[in-house]
Formats: sequence, C-alpha cells, structure tokens
Amino acid sequence: MTTLLELQGVSRRFGGFLAVREVDLAVAAGEIHCLIGPNGAGKSTLFKLVVGRYEPSAGRIHFRGHDVTRDAPHSRVQRGMSIKMQAPSVFRALPVRQNLHIAMQHHVPPAELAREEERLLELLGLASEGARPAGELSHGQQQWLEIGMAVALKPTLLLLDEPTAGLSPEETFRTGELVQRLAAGGMTVLAVEHDMSFVKQIATRVTVLHLGQVFARGTVEEIVADPRVAEIYLGVPHAA
Amino acid sequence: MLKLLDGPQTMGRGPAFWGAAGLVLLAALAYPLFADPYDVGNFGYFFVWIFMALGLCLMWGLCGMLSFGQTFFFGLAGYGYGVIAIDLGNGPLGTMAGLAAGLVLAAAAAAVLGYFMIYGRINGVFFGIVTLSVTLALAYFLGQTAGPEWAIGKARLNGFNGMQGMDPLTFPGPDGGIVLEETLFYYVLILGLVMVYLLLRMLANSRFGNVLVAIREDAERAELLGYDVRRYQLAVFVLGSTLAGLSGVLYTSWGQFITPSSIGLPAASMPIIWVAFSGRTDLTATLVGTFLLLLGFQSLTIYSQETALVLMGALLMATVLFVPRGFVLGIGDLLARLTMRRRREPRPAAAAEV
Repeated sequence: MTTLLELQGVSRRFGGFLAVREVDLAVAAGEIHCLIGPNGAGKSTLFKLVVGRYEPSAGRIHFRGHDVTRDAPHSRVQRGMSIKMQAPSVFRALPVRQNLHIAMQHHVPPAELAREEERLLELLGLASEGARPAGELSHGQQQWLEIGMAVALKPTLLLLDEPTAGLSPEETFRTGELVQRLAAGGMTVLAVEHDMSFVKQIATRVTVLHLGQVFARGTVEEIVADPRVAEIYLGVPHAA
Repeated sequence: MLKLLDGPQTMGRGPAFWGAAGLVLLAALAYPLFADPYDVGNFGYFFVWIFMALGLCLMWGLCGMLSFGQTFFFGLAGYGYGVIAIDLGNGPLGTMAGLAAGLVLAAAAAAVLGYFMIYGRINGVFFGIVTLSVTLALAYFLGQTAGPEWAIGKARLNGFNGMQGMDPLTFPGPDGGIVLEETLFYYVLILGLVMVYLLLRMLANSRFGNVLVAIREDAERAELLGYDVRRYQLAVFVLGSTLAGLSGVLYTSWGQFITPSSIGLPAASMPIIWVAFSGRTDLTATLVGTFLLLLGFQSLTIYSQETALVLMGALLMATVLFVPRGFVLGIGDLLARLTMRRRREPRPAAAAEV
C-alpha cells in the first residue's frame, strides 16, 4: 500500500521537556489509523506536529511524497490534509450551511455547491439545521459539523483529534459510523483517540504512544491483546 | 457577477430594497436642482468621508481588524496629493498625478505597515493600538513642520497651519481643464460612491468575502480550512486603507488645504464612531449612518463644537452598551423582520372578500 503520511524521527522539545521523542510513523492510503495512549503520552503534541501547529525540534514529516516539515497549516491543507481539532471549532455566529459553504467553496464547482451542501447536511444528520447559527447546535452536532467542514475539503487524509470528546456513547457510535462511511469512500483517516470502544469500532491500524515514544503498533486485535498496553493504560502489571 | 450584489454578508435584497436605493439615488441626483449651492457643497463634503468609513467597515466589520489608522492613510494621501499637485504646477497634470500619488502612497504605506503587523502576529486590541500610535506620530510630526526648511520642492508643509496652494482635482479638457468643484464635484462623488459601494457589496458576497467573515469569526479555523489568513488580512488592510487615502485626496481637493488636525486623535476616532454607530458589519448601514452622523455633527458644530464632540462620545457609549451591532443596522434588521412577518401572516378573510 502507498504510504501517505510518514514521520521520520520526529521529536518536539518544550524547554527541558521532551514531549515527543524520535517518533517514526507511517499512515498508508486507505487505512483508519488510530493514535492512542494514556494522558501525557504526547498524542496531542504529535497531532499538532502533523498539522503544522508546532514545528519539530528534530525529524522530518512527509506527506504524499513532499517534505512538509516547515509548511504552515494552510499549506498542508492545500496539499490534501484536512483537520478537525479537539474542541469544536466552528463559525458559531454563521448558519450551519454557511459554515459548510465556506469550507467547500474552493473545492466544489459553483453550480454544484448547493447540492453538495445538501448531501453533507444529510450525511451529518443536520438536514433540518441548515439555517441555524452553528453556535446554537449541541456539542455533538458541532463536532459533526466540524467533521463535515473537514470532509468538505475533499481531503486525501482526514486528521481527527479526539472526535468523540464530550459525546455520549450513542453519539460516539454514530461518529464511528460516520468515519467508517468516509473511509469506505476512499478517505484515509488518522485519529487521536483515547476511547477504546471507538478505536475498536473504526481502527484498521493502531499506534500506541507512551511517554512521547512509540510503544506498540499493530492491528486493533494485536493491540488489545498486548498485556504491556493494558499495563500502561490501567497500571496492571502483566505476567512475566 | 451581479448575483453577488445580494448575499449573506449584506443587508437588503430584492426589488423592495433596490427600488428604495434607486429612489434615494434619484433624490440625491435631483438635490442640486433645488438646493442652495452651499448645501450642495456641504453634502459633497459629507460624501468625501464615506469612502473612509466603507474601508473601515470592510476591515473591521467583515474581517475583524479594528484599525485606528484610517486618518493616517487619509493624511498621507492628502499631503501626497498636495505635494505632487503643487510641485507639478497644479492643473490637470499636477492634480491627476497627485490623485494617483496619494492613492499609491496610502496603498504602499498600508502594505508595509500591514505586513509588519500582520506577519508579526499583532492582532486584536494591539492592532488598534499600533495603528493609533503611527497615526498620532504622523500628526505630531506634521505639527512641528512650521519652519521654511520643511518643504518638499515648492510645497511647504506649514506645521499646524497646514499645507495650502494645491488646486482642486482637474480633469483634462478645454480652457485648462474641467475643475472638479461645487455641483460637478458633488456628482462625481455620487458616481464614485455608487461604484465603490456596489463593488464592495460584490466583494463582500464573493468567495473572498466569505473568507473575510470566516477570519473574523475564527482565524485559526479559517487557516485549518486551507486559507492563507495573513495574506487575506493584508489584502483587506491595503484596500480599506486605500479607501481612506481616497477620502484624503478628495478632502484636500475639496478644501484646497490639509492640516495635521485632520489626522490627530479626535479625527482618528471619528471613523470608529461612524462605523460602530451605523453597524460595522454592513456596508449599507455604514453608508447611511455615516452620512447621517456627519450631517448631525455639522449641524451641532455650528452652535458648539465641544457639544458635538461630547455627543459623538455619548453615541459611541450608547452603541456599545445598548446596540453593539449598531443603530442603523439594528433598525434595518427590525424593518426586515417586520416585512417578513407581514408576508407570513395570512390575509384576513374579510379583506380577501373585499
């Protein structure tokens, strides 16, 4: 499979603290890759390195064969990444439909904009909310709207930072279904997540971070069965 | 393109709005036919400032960049016009070159200042503070240029007394050119205002305008949608500041003088008050509100300038406290809601029978 995103020896230092240490990571085209780990593992820092919010202290980041290590976030998006940050970040004062319109206006021909907006509103379960200001939506609906805005860019790689944060179990499951539908359409997904039920629902490949380093990687089944992962997550020592 | 005249970023749409706008325009065109020439000149004076207000509306209302520096660019362009017109011997050549020089000076200064501020990540309230600082520095600098050594060619800067001796804008034509003054000045300003207003409306409702609104709402989110936020901010800062420069050239042409007091603190705060009172997010509200405020301000100034200034301050306070979106925009929204409600209400049966 083609490697879409590749991190080579990426580190990030904050003063004397090394938050991410020589991480190698490859995301293949078509997979749903989940990045998991306990609190403080460096997941969010690594995510911000991938999207361009932070510059690495060392190492290189390649996306679709281009070195994007020093690229600004908007340049990475123009290359085909699409980003949903952890906290819902929508244009709260603007109607839901206009949020989607702003996201897709450079990616969809003008004649098809209205139809594409309708399609996305349906997909997100927000068909009746198009005229409402986005700030009036529930937390879960705002999360979906933001995923919709990210999807509207027609990205090659969808980056999701804790897309289920603050969602109920039912909303989490529906979000999982949405991500699976997107992946079935050919989109590659890299998600930072700590909700294991969500990870089990969607992931085709998992990388575990611990203390800023890659601790384990494999399929969901391999990771779930790995006693060392259970130990760092639950603090339960595995049998020697 | 014309479809962009109506859209989510501008108040008013449809035959009712454009019909009313057409009537206002007709009334404005007919005004010189029955009004006193002094009043016509006065209205022309009011129109001069509206370009600057529309520029601020674009920057602040649409893109969220509060610039306190509109009179900085106003002054640069005004003095630039004066210097070039005087040094080139006035007439059509001097004044047309002065117009071009004034606009280029304002745009170039905005590009340089804007580049360092925007790429230096100065935003929010600090953007206002820096733009105000450069404005006050320019006013202070020009105030101490009274000596004869402060001249550019034949053009004396003249300190607080201001620069004089430039001709009004003059179009090439017979007998030394067509001088832009009195009623002709009034009509040219109306033409300019209509053109700028319509072009800005189209810009606001275009893809570019959508991005400006996205930046105003959440610049970080806009960047994560792939927009080069700082480039958009710089572009809109240059455009809005150049409109202030256009006001500066027109003002200098109208009065044939310009002084540092048209740049300093009281002058610099006026565009903020006009736009805030009117409704900073809407071009139509800004156009109408600025005209009304200027009219009211001048009517009061005849009796007491201090009272007029205090009233302006009070209006700003009232806007911030009671109608943060702006009075004119608030009234416009109210009218729109009433119209919509009337349309939705079923016609009474009795009336239908009649």
